[in-house]
Amino acid sequence: MIITTQKPLEEIMRTLQSYSNIMIVGCGTCATAVQTGGEPQVREMADKLRGKWFVDTVVVEAPCDERIARKDWREIQRQGRGKNIDAFLCLMCGAGVQTLAEIAELPCIPGLNTHFLGKVERIGLYYERCRACGNCHLGETAGICPVTRCAKGLMNGPCGGMIDGKCEVGGYVRDCAWFLIWQRLKKFGRMDLFRKVRPPREFGLEAYPRGIDAIPSHRIGRETTVMGPEETEKYIVKAIKEKAKQVKNAKSQDAPVVK
Amino acid sequence: MTKLRKAFSNLMKKIQSGKFVLTGELEPVKTTDLSSVIAEAKSLRGYVTACNVTDNPSSYAAVASLVSAHVVQKEAGMETIYQIRCADRNRIALTSDLLGAAVLGIKNVLTLTGDHTLLGDMPNAKPVFDLDATLLTGMVRRMVDEGKDLNGNDIEGPRPQFNIGVAANPNADPIEPEILKVVRKVENGADFVQTQVCYDIDKTIEFLKMFRMFSVPVLVGIFPMRSYGVAAEFDKFVPGVKVPKELLDKFKQVKQQSISKAEKREKYDRINIKFFAPFIKELKKSGLCAGCHIMSVHYVEIIPKLLAEAKIKKAAQKISPLAVASSPSS
Ligand code: SF4
Ligand code: SF4
Repeated sequence: MIITTQKPLEEIMRTLQSYSNIMIVGCGTCATAVQTGGEPQVREMADKLRGKWFVDTVVVEAPCDERIARKDWREIQRQGRGKNIDAFLCLMCGAGVQTLAEIAELPCIPGLNTHFLGKVERIGLYYERCRACGNCHLGETAGICPVTRCAKGLMNGPCGGMIDGKCEVGGYVRDCAWFLIWQRLKKFGRMDLFRKVRPPREFGLEAYPRGIDAIPSHRIGRETTVMGPEETEKYIVKAIKEKAKQVKNAKSQDAPVVK
Repeated sequence: MTKLRKAFSNLMKKIQSGKFVLTGELEPVKTTDLSSVIAEAKSLRGYVTACNVTDNPSSYAAVASLVSAHVVQKEAGMETIYQIRCADRNRIALTSDLLGAAVLGIKNVLTLTGDHTLLGDMPNAKPVFDLDATLLTGMVRRMVDEGKDLNGNDIEGPRPQFNIGVAANPNADPIEPEILKVVRKVENGADFVQTQVCYDIDKTIEFLKMFRMFSVPVLVGIFPMRSYGVAAEFDKFVPGVKVPKELLDKFKQVKQQSISKAEKREKYDRINIKFFAPFIKELKKSGLCAGCHIMSVHYVEIIPKLLAEAKIKKAAQKISPLAVASSPSS
């Protein structure tokens, strides 16, 4: 689950100041589950803003899914509701806000803060569980993520800061992830996994805006293109050649050369 | 069983000769002036074989440990154990610093994960932890043994000559994951172990016994404390260690007495000697450890008294030690 909380109302109002027609958009998935962007929260927000702003509302089943968001936006426009809107107030995670902004090309104001990928214990109790590192190690760490739950993201813990199974960060209140891993691997009779030296993490996997393109024909020219080193090189070479051509043309026309 | 690796440093040579070895600790702070560190290193000459030079201890930004280690070796004639932590540098920076250390003739490296950056004086710094102490140990091992970096790229010139130390914490509770972790570090290439400060002799001996089968030399950390303030601060701020309550109380009593500074000094010294001299003797008698790592930063004058009481011979060094009486007041 993507964990979100609502921004302070004053901050939302301040950001909305320059607009008059707002559409409050909720999210029918994660934000509904954690009660930050479901039907009731959208309605509540509308009640607070009405009077100062002209307000319309909608809840999109999954605003981060371009297919669904596009379909819903088309439907709204067909109903003639989208015409006067000059901004969306989005009660959803950052991925949803950005997807919406790309589709509608309207200012999208985030009404929520996006925190992490986590587990919901109950409303108000959320715990981070995954940093989306791109190479899941859970099979070897007894289902406890060291990347997320060790304060240092260590692959070979515990560190010297563990006391009585607690972590040095935050004053020995939180469990040391590696203590938990050790305990559980012991229970499973898999101390071999604990004793193993795990190789350095592959930060290259998460060092740039990531994307996965399953369809090869979609790869070139999409912002989500994942380029290998060879493709990158080809791309750069092509760009340089094009630039050189431009410069040559400019010269042959005797125009001043822009560098 | 780890095979006996080549000793590059005087420290490693002495450990391998079977003598009871002492190491000290220097803690350069946020400064551009190393004169007091140099003076402290000079006053430790003759008592310890080598000195650790700390790297941003407790995540407080300090003058570079590599620079300090080099200056100490050059100006004070004291061999250093260059501490390097993963908290602030990624694998590229670690590699380049280690190559620099090799150029400067550093012979001992102590690999550390490092305290979390949140604990330091710039808590909003980006915590790096690209590698951990285990992986860093393996990386240094490869540099030394194969002349290659972490990814197997060749290093030009002669291979770095480092003996690699790692840290251990016999106070850890539970001890099992800690032992297994240190074993990982040893298997990944450590030459020697220096422990966190120990106060409980039984616990320490137990730790050393568990460790014996790996036949890697261990230097046990001890920390004679200059005053109640130092003890209380250590107790409060150093992760992973607690000063025993009786000891802390004894220090507190001294602090509260209305006596002269000199008398207080005398009493503090006596408490330390009474506690640590038998501790060292016991350790030596056990034959389970290679020596002690004395971390009494800014409290050099206690070392000769302690060693005399514990009947430890001075370290033989070519350079004659300076009179301890003339050690700097820091
Ligand atoms: S190892 Fe942790 S951060 Fe990486 S994918 Fe698995 S749960 Fe997520
Ligand atoms: S105490 Fe445990 S959880 Fe905390 S940083 Fe160290 S290994 Fe990670």
